[in-house]
Amino acid sequence: MTIAADTARPAIIFDNVRLGFEEGDVLRGISFSVAPRETAVLLGETGTGKTLVLKLAAGLIRPDSGRIEVLGRDLGAMTERDLLDFRREIGFVFQEGALFDSLTVEENVAFRLREEHVDEDEIAARVHESLEFVEMAEAIAKLPGELSGGMRRRVSIARALVSRPSIVLYDSPTAGLDPVTSQKIITLILRLRDLQGVTALMATHRLQDAFALANFRFDPKLCRVVRAAENGARGGPKTGFFVLREGRIYFEGDQHQIRDTQDAYLARFLE
Amino acid sequence: MATLTPNRTGQQVEPESRPLKSVVNDAIKSALLSVQDNSVLAWKSIVDVFSPPFYFRDLLDQMDVIGVGSLPIIVLTGFFIGAILVLQTAAQFARFGTTALTGDAVSLALIKELGPTITALLVAGRSASGIASELGSMVVTEQVDAMRAMGTDPGRKLVTPRMVATVLVLPLLVGVADFVGLIGAYFVAHMTLGLSGPEFWNHAINAPGTNDLIQGLSKPLVFGFIIATVGCFKGLKVRGGTQGVGRATTSAVVIASVSILVTGFFLDKLLLWFVP
Repeated sequence: MTIAADTARPAIIFDNVRLGFEEGDVLRGISFSVAPRETAVLLGETGTGKTLVLKLAAGLIRPDSGRIEVLGRDLGAMTERDLLDFRREIGFVFQEGALFDSLTVEENVAFRLREEHVDEDEIAARVHESLEFVEMAEAIAKLPGELSGGMRRRVSIARALVSRPSIVLYDSPTAGLDPVTSQKIITLILRLRDLQGVTALMATHRLQDAFALANFRFDPKLCRVVRAAENGARGGPKTGFFVLREGRIYFEGDQHQIRDTQDAYLARFLE
Repeated sequence: MATLTPNRTGQQVEPESRPLKSVVNDAIKSALLSVQDNSVLAWKSIVDVFSPPFYFRDLLDQMDVIGVGSLPIIVLTGFFIGAILVLQTAAQFARFGTTALTGDAVSLALIKELGPTITALLVAGRSASGIASELGSMVVTEQVDAMRAMGTDPGRKLVTPRMVATVLVLPLLVGVADFVGLIGAYFVAHMTLGLSGPEFWNHAINAPGTNDLIQGLSKPLVFGFIIATVGCFKGLKVRGGTQGVGRATTSAVVIASVSILVTGFFLDKLLLWFVP
């Protein structure tokens, strides 16, 4: 696992980032930062630009203005070729999984490794390790069409972590899933964070997922999820909450601050 | 009733009523932008051929899908095109007592014009639509973004192998169509005009010169490039979910077919100039 070398410097920095389309501005000056090993949860109603923030962080789209720095690199100064190399250091879990539907689970998970011409024996070992991690080893020969929605998300997580990224971007990983499957996905995210120290940026409109990340941790000794000590206390993982509204960061804080808020919009959102 | 249309962020928006001039302006700008984007994609697909990473496996897969997959329809159509040609011209040749020239006429028509053009139109109908729908589906299900997010250039992985494969297999398919067309022509010539094998084949083989073969086999290179790049461009530019994929597929076939006919005309002029 390669954690950002400079642990004092934020792993992700958005500085006054603006992005608009023909229909108008979607992001109107977003600024926030995410420290290494921190989990940042982007909350907001549908259409507030959460997915766009993730795509900007991955360099998949470029902002109209503002600066984005990820793992110490200024994405605005990078060419498309540089960005392709840079993206090999991050993992992206898409909302519906975005698995290649003509490839098997094994080929999907191994895709990036094969692109990097990794030795086939090592590919087999790492694919198996990743699929074991998401408890999907038995589906290795299946096609995505044969999997349920939750299974596809788990394979997508396996695909994102196979290259051992230091940052993982999750786009609504539990959207449209039943509560039990959602719980499985959140447990996986907790395991990835607490066992491998991954920095995460997660877009979601499900508050319960955000609170689960802030209030629980994965205990490697007990091999299960337990209630966490105070958010970020004793060097433990910290979870930040960012609420997007009308193209701006409307709220930034931790789970206590958002829960105790007197703000009418946030109160309505929390309901 | 006004229909809602998706914008680039996927939200549904009410179309506004705008003055005609503005609509026409936007349509012209949009068309010019499409030409520009298509040209950039086409140029990049050529440039990418000469630098790594190379995707030979994808190239072979595409040659199989586009080339071998098109073979049955090319053989069937080629046979009947040759047969129809003789059927339509036999009466004229018989009137002037020049039935021996049937082989010459059919051979030249097939090799110089009908073989390349009809094969290209058939492959456009089959492959431009297939490419556009495949890539379009990948776009709407975020598979193309996933590819980019994993550090793979979709241009190199998806566009270049399809372009090279189509350019390589189309001349071969044209060769097959020409040959099968001549067999169909001979079959009808023998049945209706009573031409013997040597009478027909001696003329059919000797009529086309080297220049005619150059004309007939150089056009498919350009047609193949058009089919693949138009299909890829339309597929990668899909907006608006599954409906958008359907529109892209139709539009890819229409644009590729029209481009083949228009380009064919200018190529003929050019080739007649260089290799008369």
